[in-house]
Amino acid sequence: MAKVLAVAEHRDGQFGAAAREVVSVAARLARDLGGTAQGVVLAGTGVPVEASSLGAFGADKIVVIEHDALADYNPEAWVSTLEDLILAGEYGVVVFSATTLGKDLAPRIAAHLDVPLASDVTEVAISDGVVSVTRPVFSGKAFAHLEIDASPALISIRPNVFPSVEWAAEGEVTTVTPDLNVSDFRVRVVERESSSDGVVDVSEASVIVSGGRGMKDPENWSLLESLREALGADAALGASRAVVDAGWRPHGEQVGQTGKTVAPALYIAVGISGAVQHLAGMRTAKTIVAINRDADAPIFGVADYGIVGDLFEVLPRLTDEIADLRAKD
Amino acid sequence: MNVIVCIKRVPDTEARIRIDGSGSSIETSGIKYDMSPYDAFAVEAAIRLKEGLQDEGDVSVLTLGDSSSSETLRKALAMGADRAVLLNGEVSLDGLATAKGLAAELEGSEADLFLFGIKAADDDQQQVGQMVAALSGRPCVSGVSSFEIDGRTARCKREVEGGSEIVEVDLPAVLCITKGSNEPRLPALKGIMAAKKKPLEERPAQVSASRVRLIGLSTPPPRAEGLIVGEGPDAVPELVRILREDAHAI
Ligand SMILES: Cc1cc2nc3c(=O)[nH]c(=O)nc-3n(C[C@H](O)[C@H](O)[C@H](O)COP(=O)(O)OP(=O)(O)OC[C@H]3O[C@@H](n4cnc5c(N)ncnc54)[C@H](O)[C@@H]3O)c2cc1C
Ligand SMILES: Nc1ncnc2c1ncn2[C@@H]1O[C@H](COP(=O)(O)O)[C@@H](O)[C@H]1O
Repeated sequence: MAKVLAVAEHRDGQFGAAAREVVSVAARLARDLGGTAQGVVLAGTGVPVEASSLGAFGADKIVVIEHDALADYNPEAWVSTLEDLILAGEYGVVVFSATTLGKDLAPRIAAHLDVPLASDVTEVAISDGVVSVTRPVFSGKAFAHLEIDASPALISIRPNVFPSVEWAAEGEVTTVTPDLNVSDFRVRVVERESSSDGVVDVSEASVIVSGGRGMKDPENWSLLESLREALGADAALGASRAVVDAGWRPHGEQVGQTGKTVAPALYIAVGISGAVQHLAGMRTAKTIVAINRDADAPIFGVADYGIVGDLFEVLPRLTDEIADLRAKD
Repeated sequence: MNVIVCIKRVPDTEARIRIDGSGSSIETSGIKYDMSPYDAFAVEAAIRLKEGLQDEGDVSVLTLGDSSSSETLRKALAMGADRAVLLNGEVSLDGLATAKGLAAELEGSEADLFLFGIKAADDDQQQVGQMVAALSGRPCVSGVSSFEIDGRTARCKREVEGGSEIVEVDLPAVLCITKGSNEPRLPALKGIMAAKKKPLEERPAQVSASRVRLIGLSTPPPRAEGLIVGEGPDAVPELVRILREDAHAI
């Protein structure tokens, strides 16, 4: 019977949307194949992962692989561990999240198993046992529709695109401990730095407030920060390249061709002209709002809703109105 | 320190992408091509490293593509790379086939560093660098925004969700480069002249069969015509109402 494997990521034992999405996709594909869905979680020893919670999204079985060397992402530890599991498991499909971790890990696994990888897919289906996918190409200016001629078929799915679907499955957890020789690793993570003070990353946020050169001065980001706060815990700040290159904002916030590709439910572009390279990173947002004083700015060409006006007048009012609304909820 | 940078020729980021009559390739007339943006960051990093170290090492650039890719290699030579190799062949849709072609060329190479862009701006796969590393058994760090060489170790800053990591990797290593603070230089006239005299070798690529089948290309449906809610702060209440009641976005 065909099995589908989902590689579920967690942070300090907590699963985020990416893990639920990847398991949901695996569960759907497994049903179409008439097989079972499995989740695999790699974790440091003693990290309390609620692995069985993935059962609620359709994982029949969950394998937790535990080892001190798996506590933080290290490609060498993860690749050898996962390769062994996949080789032993005879999976028809393996699904990764196209997160920073997944995008680093999946190609290495593909090369080791000698199978192709379809990265960052936005649609996937199985018919007659053949896996077909849709993935954005040319920075989202086109889509390629592909069939994968290999088994297992490896795919990574773009975050925030596939729904998390509740689907009760058994979620039986087994824990295994691999043999890993840490002293063999040629890649070592020596330091981790968080730049976000617990705020969600722009690539994971469901709401993004993004600022461009129209903000005039880095000090004015307090206006965007207030709006972000009013929008709640799932909101993050984004930026155009112009303001990142000027040193006003960190590169981690840059959206676009040479920054992050995002697909939030709501993207608010403030003082951003909407250059084609910026649009490349955000045009698949569900709802786009633009605030710009230039009615001809190209951002209005992709925005669902716009206000033409001075952002310094519009922003405070917008923050107040949204805060009021949410206070009443 | 010897560095090899893998670069790819792709449509310019401004290019308008239209699908041709076959439904499975793009209209190439009128499209300008250039080095993929992240590859330009990788070339810049290699040249800065060489300028900083002032040792005997050199910077090579390598591409797999048709003969028009020699133009992209010349650009890298004009930026300051020393030599170039064109593996002449058809670029596969299957990133692993491309990676195998590059890995075959790099096998036995004694370079210390192999730089890739984090992603090519045409197929957007973000995989070829990591695959080449895995195929050739070299360690690899991806998403590197800056790095320093300390003896036989590269100390890399790696961008991750919500922060960054410092990762050390033993040389020889593969680094997949993302945007950092080094703006890629534009070739100056002197560089362009010098590039004409630099060695550019060409040989056939070894590309295996693609195991990804292209069914077709499509363009995204145009977004529905947007609504200008109004002008200035007075438009805010109506925008907020729409976002709540119609778009269910807040
Ligand atoms: C290879 C390449 C890669 C690139 N990658 C990226 C990328 O990843 N991301 C990216 O963003 N860009 C990228 N760019 C750059 C891109 O081309 C633009 O230069 C950039 O997006 C412009 O940033 P901006 O919109 O903030 O600035 P501008 O284009 O200067 O726009 C500022 C906007 O603010 C408005 N404004 C000014 N004052 C006010 C006010 N008081 N109230 C309201 N509105 C106001 C103006 O009308 C204008 O529309 C790339 C370019 C190249 C060549
Ligand atoms: N045909 C090619 N020739 C040389 N390098 C390539 C080629 N394709 C991809 N690369 C390298 O691999 C990186 C990642 O490409 P991709 O996985 O296609 O997004 C690019 O930024 C290049 O550095």
